Amino acid sequence: MSALAIETRGLVKAFGKTRAVDGIDLAVPAGTVYGVLGPNGAGKTTVVRMLATLLRPDGGDARVFGHDVLREPDEVRQRVSLTGQYASVDEDLTGLENLILLARLVGYDKRAARRRAEQLLAAFGLIDAAGKQVKHYSGGMRRRLDIGASILNTPKLLFLDEPTTGLDPRSRNQVWDIVRAVVSYGTTVLLTTQYLDEADRLASRIAVIDQGKVIAEGTPGELKSSVGAGAVHVRLRDPGQRTEAEWVLSRCLGGHVVLEADPVALTARVSGNGNGDTDRRTAEQAAAALTALAEAGITVDDFSLGQPSLDEVFLALTDRTVEEETKA
Amino acid sequence: MSTATTVEAQEATYTFSPETLQAVLAPGDAPRRPSWLSASFTFGWRAMLKIKHVPEQLFDVTAFPIMMTLMFTYLFGGALAGSTTEYLQFLLPGIMVMSVVMITMYTGVAVNTDIVKGVFDRFRTLPIWRPSTMVGYLLGDAFRYTVASLVILGVGLILGFRPEGGVVGVAAGIGVLVAFSFAFSWIWTMFGLLLRSEKSVMGVSMMVLFPLTFLSNVFVDPNTMPGWLQAFVDINPISHLVGAVRALMDGGWDTTDMTWVLVSGVLITVVFGALTMRLYNRR
Ligand SMILES: Nc1ncnc2c1ncn2[C@@H]1O[C@H](COP(=O)(O)OP(=O)(O)OP(=O)(O)O)[C@@H](O)[C@H]1O
Ligand SMILES: [Mg+2]
Repeated sequence: MSALAIETRGLVKAFGKTRAVDGIDLAVPAGTVYGVLGPNGAGKTTVVRMLATLLRPDGGDARVFGHDVLREPDEVRQRVSLTGQYASVDEDLTGLENLILLARLVGYDKRAARRRAEQLLAAFGLIDAAGKQVKHYSGGMRRRLDIGASILNTPKLLFLDEPTTGLDPRSRNQVWDIVRAVVSYGTTVLLTTQYLDEADRLASRIAVIDQGKVIAEGTPGELKSSVGAGAVHVRLRDPGQRTEAEWVLSRCLGGHVVLEADPVALTARVSGNGNGDTDRRTAEQAAAALTALAEAGITVDDFSLGQPSLDEVFLALTDRTVEEETKA
Repeated sequence: MSTATTVEAQEATYTFSPETLQAVLAPGDAPRRPSWLSASFTFGWRAMLKIKHVPEQLFDVTAFPIMMTLMFTYLFGGALAGSTTEYLQFLLPGIMVMSVVMITMYTGVAVNTDIVKGVFDRFRTLPIWRPSTMVGYLLGDAFRYTVASLVILGVGLILGFRPEGGVVGVAAGIGVLVAFSFAFSWIWTMFGLLLRSEKSVMGVSMMVLFPLTFLSNVFVDPNTMPGWLQAFVDINPISHLVGAVRALMDGGWDTTDMTWVLVSGVLITVVFGALTMRLYNRR
């Protein structure tokens, strides 16, 4: 038995000229939540589909609990479950019918299948909607049913492809709670997301991917400190002072300054690359930046210190890749 | 509207508790994976549920055959056989075959509209006998073919169809027809997976089905046709299917036609079944 739930080396998938996945190496320890973070079109879904035996890789190899996805697909299928990016339940059927159908397909007999389906509906708070067609469900209910369907056969590895995209904050929280519970019972979860925040809350390790490549990998803490501990968001009174503010911030914090769509807003990364007490250093640097703005006679309406957003992580990481490449 | 309200009311009261998941996630004794037959029937059950929830899909298999029967009986009956009742004895088994073979194309449309939905991904990640998903469609379709056949039979009986073969002969005829159509539908599962849109599936189906059904012995005895056309009609499996069904309903048995039906049915299943599964695994 391998201690890795997923292991890929040089995984490649091309659609025509697009190399959707361009040489990805992953090592996902069993029993953890692993986050795959990336923007639209990064190749997240393509990776998941190859690992779930839905797509044939064009190159490299991928193993799930030591079983090759190409050579032993049935072994892989016995251990995994997939909640796709788009509902993987049948909209025309009722919630109950969906679950009975799947329970029958994993081998429960008629009575046991019904019992299993009802048990799952109860656990996910869908008993009252059991007899309704799924097309009448809200987004949150649909997601819960979908995840319920995925854990019906208590898989060893669960793929969740953007499980919270399009959900309201309440439903998102419910999904997070479910993911935590699922992992606490020993299932490994591979979760794709576009939100650093989500990966940060759930995952013990994260791979950031862009254009089919892994551009960074590590624990959430490692990732965040590698791109800077935080970000300073500033709103000015006068849009005319933005260029000057950009200059002050970039000199003072030494990092990248992003001009937001809002003409009075800008965001600057705080490198915080001190040892140990990163948060304090970040706060000090931010305070210094604020002072510098005041000294330059720039009126600040609003100021906040936050975690870097995916955009910022992203910019930082892609910048660095470019820098490394030019150095080499 | 009431549906939506209850569903939303339900949504508002849900609070997640990890304890409730405990029972669900506790590793009980995992069931053994289902046999190929059980998996296929489960997918057949899914097809029946779809008919239950979207009964409109039965409209095509009832309205179309009724229209065909009425139209051809009265259009050709007087001219070809002198009387409509007389012609009906000849026409009905043929029109039944034609209508049922025509509606097999809905299999392709159903596969095509379904395959793009996420639920297919779930089916394809299950460790089950792979063709069972497709066989399930065909089992549901076999039900529709039976419904269509019975509808045509009903209309025929009202118009004066009096088969010599009696209940047994008619039942055997319908049995052969449904079995052949089950085999024939593999052509459409293939096109359903191969083509991009529902429209193109329809288009291709028409191009295949019109010549196959019209250039046959459904309407008239091929002896009246020019030689080149007769040659096609003679090798057209639909002609042999019509011959076999006609014989059975007439209380007889045609070994040549029956053999043709059997051989072509098996061939179609093997060739198009294999192509279908190839495409299914590729996607
Ligand atoms: N079946 C396909 N045919 C052609 N191109 C595809 C196909 N599937 C994906 N692609 C392309 O591959 C790239 C990666 O797509 P993928 O769906 O894996 O991204 P993603 O990270 O899941 O994005 P999103 O966040 O939008 O879901 C994109 O450029 C996409 O256009
Ligand atoms: Mg995706």
